[in-house]
Amino acid sequence: MSQYILRRLMIAIPSLLGISVVLFVVLALAPGDPFSELATNPNVPPEVQAALRTKFGLDDPIYLRYLHWLVAMAQGDWGFSFVSRINVDTLILQRLPTTLYVVGSSQLLALLIAIPVGVYAATRPYSLFDQLANTFAFIGFSLPTFFTGILFILVFSVKLDWLPFVYTDLPGSGIKWALEMIRQAIMPVMVLGLFQAASMTRFVRSAMLDVIRLDYVTTARAKGLGQAKVIVKHVMRNAMIPVVTLIALQMPAVFGGAIVTEQIFRIPGIGSLLISSILANDTPVVMAVTFVFACLVVLFNLIADVLYGWLDPRISFR
Amino acid sequence: MALLDIKGLKTHFSTDAGILQAVDGVDISINRGETLCVVGESGCGKTVTAMSILKLIAMPPGRIVEGEIMFEGRDLVPLTSRELDDIRAKEIGFIFQEPMTSLNPVLTIGEQIAESLRRHEPVTKKQALERTVEMLKLVQIPNAAGRVHHYPHQFSGGMRQRVMIAMALACRPKLVIADEPTTALDVTIQAQILDLLQDMKERFGMAVMLITHAMGVVAETAQRVVVMYAGKVVEEAPVDELFGNPRHPYTQGLIRSIPRIDLDAAHKTRLEAIGGSVPILINPPPGCRFASRCKHAMSICTEREPRLREIAPGHRIACHLGDAS
Repeated sequence: MSQYILRRLMIAIPSLLGISVVLFVVLALAPGDPFSELATNPNVPPEVQAALRTKFGLDDPIYLRYLHWLVAMAQGDWGFSFVSRINVDTLILQRLPTTLYVVGSSQLLALLIAIPVGVYAATRPYSLFDQLANTFAFIGFSLPTFFTGILFILVFSVKLDWLPFVYTDLPGSGIKWALEMIRQAIMPVMVLGLFQAASMTRFVRSAMLDVIRLDYVTTARAKGLGQAKVIVKHVMRNAMIPVVTLIALQMPAVFGGAIVTEQIFRIPGIGSLLISSILANDTPVVMAVTFVFACLVVLFNLIADVLYGWLDPRISFR
Repeated sequence: MALLDIKGLKTHFSTDAGILQAVDGVDISINRGETLCVVGESGCGKTVTAMSILKLIAMPPGRIVEGEIMFEGRDLVPLTSRELDDIRAKEIGFIFQEPMTSLNPVLTIGEQIAESLRRHEPVTKKQALERTVEMLKLVQIPNAAGRVHHYPHQFSGGMRQRVMIAMALACRPKLVIADEPTTALDVTIQAQILDLLQDMKERFGMAVMLITHAMGVVAETAQRVVVMYAGKVVEEAPVDELFGNPRHPYTQGLIRSIPRIDLDAAHKTRLEAIGGSVPILINPPPGCRFASRCKHAMSICTEREPRLREIAPGHRIACHLGDAS
């Protein structure tokens, strides 16, 4: 098992390298670099500008620049943010917990809604409950988060004044601070979580329906185990196998959606950091943030594969 | 009193094209300790009849429209699925056709046998495991104590069917329904599984309802035979009587279609097939459902449905041929 994980991590290295090459090339091809501001600044003479560019290696061929980046990255030097004037790794470490907190909570919420609703709907297909669940699921994934986000702000912050609509990253401790952290996360978590729950409910329902009519479920029924036990022990366990894949494959989309949601609610996470860095041409930060996203996606795929082996004994870690 | 007595059972399915009369007035009874074979071609309602007994058919679209299923004097038809749970596996065990798909791939076979024991009998987890190992030994699974912790994919088809038999017999039911238990297996394994079933029957003294479409299996195992066609019983007789003196044209056709290896070259004849195909059971025409394929069909056959009548002790047919009344 641990050997399998180790080998999977080794396999992740080439894919991460590949991703970093693509990211680097795309960013290099994009117009503008950290020094483009200097070019328009009349106080900086062109010779100084050119000297600075040479010093930082910006005029080197692209493969040399990539190698420089890679070597530095491998040594733990993630570069320096030209805008924030601090090291990129410090900056990301400041922002990442907030994103993981919001995205993690919303995924948890999505699972807590999708699994019971999907399972129950599948046991009574085409019943009133199933129809309602389907209708809400369709509404849920038809409405983009930037729309529901603004709608939530309008209703719960502006009209009712129950929840704050700007997320503040106050340092602090104690119960009052913890409650405030929960309170301000409610809206973004709901917006992201409900959106995820909508499509996940559909996955769970159809996966359950695929399994429920299989022969071994009839075998279980023939043992007189009772509906609840048959569903939980024999159907759900098998139905979760494809659901795990889908959830893992959805993770990139979840992080993508989080970028939008972070913008709407002004959450100081890495999503909003990415947007502001792109706008400010802060290349080292853009590079590092996109790379962190890539690592997270690879990590979740690994987790999905490990869960597979746990759920399905036919898969062995060899 | 018969152990199981099915009277006038009608199980219908609602489909987009109309009501499918899969089982339409079936009478079958099984005595204690008896082996009854139910034969007929695919789609004749054998499996639906068997599944109706424990309400294992999907409802909806399936529905028991009429009839009663008396088990030890108690009618099972009005019982809810929850009430039937006490009878399933405990009183009536079930062996399914497809050993490859009838076992849950993510649970060990031991767990799948033991859960039935734990459901129906006051046993501890440890006792349930011990009895499971014992059952696996009885069905001749080598190294039962080790194999009990294995998953279904680690067994061959024949071994899985042995596991299914162990599972069906674990609670010592009074009746075992085996729905084509050997159809998915190759011939040598088929014989082993039939022998095993016979062994188990002798050991535990339960009644067996064996559903099959193989006449060879019938000749080898049955005491009494019920022949079904298009959702109805067409003939019922003790096994020797059925093979020696088949009276219904459909049964005669079935028996003529069995290859004989005991005949010498001079007596060998071409195997006969029954022409035509099974009628569609949505709004079937009136009269005998076999009439369109029957060589002896008369005008009455397409007008009036023949009723099951006794022509000799224990031998009943549903056919107008030779019917004086």
